[in-house]
Amino acid sequence: MTFTFAAILAMNRAFQLELENQALDGLLLAPIERSSIYLGKLIANLVFVTGVELIGVPLLALFFNVRVLPYLGPLLALIALATIGFVAVGTLFSAMTTRTRFAELLLPVLLLPFMIPPLSWAVLATGRLLAGRPLSEIVGWLNMLAVYDIVFVTLAVFLFPATVNE
Amino acid sequence: MRMLQVGRWLTAIGLVLLAGVYVRALSYTPVEQTQGLAQKIFYLHVPAAIWAETAMILVGLASVFYLFTKDPRLDRFAAASAEVGTIFCVIVLTTGPIWGKPIWGTWWTWDARLTFTLFLFLLYVGYLLLRGAVPDPAMRARYAAVLGICGMCEVPFIHLSVYMFPTLHPMPIVLQPGRPKLPGSMLTTWLLSLGVFTLLYVGFVVQRYALSYLREQLEAAGEVGHA
Repeated sequence: MTFTFAAILAMNRAFQLELENQALDGLLLAPIERSSIYLGKLIANLVFVTGVELIGVPLLALFFNVRVLPYLGPLLALIALATIGFVAVGTLFSAMTTRTRFAELLLPVLLLPFMIPPLSWAVLATGRLLAGRPLSEIVGWLNMLAVYDIVFVTLAVFLFPATVNE
Repeated sequence: MRMLQVGRWLTAIGLVLLAGVYVRALSYTPVEQTQGLAQKIFYLHVPAAIWAETAMILVGLASVFYLFTKDPRLDRFAAASAEVGTIFCVIVLTTGPIWGKPIWGTWWTWDARLTFTLFLFLLYVGYLLLRGAVPDPAMRARYAAVLGICGMCEVPFIHLSVYMFPTLHPMPIVLQPGRPKLPGSMLTTWLLSLGVFTLLYVGFVVQRYALSYLREQLEAAGEVGHA
């Protein structure tokens, strides 16, 4: 069960790579803050990934016959936090890698070390959760994911202008 | 160039002292009771690990200041520190399995700490790849700085997550709250080794820094020559 969740989240990222390729230059001409471009892109990517998850999670629960409903709240929180974490970093990096030589290759290489930690926390916590363990056992991981999200979203907002300035 | 010379001397002294530390570790430091001689690698493994993580943090700090000041020296330092950090990471990832084979009975296991050290290594590789992939120097410096800062913020998470996973890896016995749980003579050897690794880090970074400075000078001269 835990591995399938890892797989689904990883698959989402693959979609996300394709999502983010063009139209940056046009946006830069617009009279708005650079960081709001980043936030816009982040939200767009999040919407997309959430869409895939909305289809994927119920299907997984159905096929693997997992009782998801009793744990729905914490589970959604976990998935959301993990998704925000790696999409935030991914969006920032894709703004850089699209302009480098081997863009498609470089993004996964750069993103991997930033993606696996939140994913592995989420996967472990999901495993505990679905095994019916008390919620207090996963609070540590939820906190860690939340801190990770806050740190990297803030960081990305500040760093994004540096990646697009000419 | 004088800087290159200084770097070479520092490295040479560091290497000689490293041999000295090992003489001390092997002949004058007591053998650990349960692990036997395998524990000796600890004097190499832990200082290298500390410097592998510290180097990433230094890359990040240099990157932060680079983004504010746009001083090329900081960028050069960040690049040098990242390369040396990669080497130290390689030392950690090779000495670890050498110790793991007799003690755990396996070279490698997908344990939290091992895996995250591998990610630290991949982080360095990604950083160096990114530097290689951007031709324009100013853009390269900015991109590398962004990645360096993200890398620096990643290190505490990697470090802390060790405490949250069930792990085979021995818990820290020197860098921990309270007194180090290490007999005095071992601690002395370990501290000497840490000092030597610090010297080696500085020596390597100074050399790399000087080399990249020379290369930039050369490229600038080459461009002038072509024009």
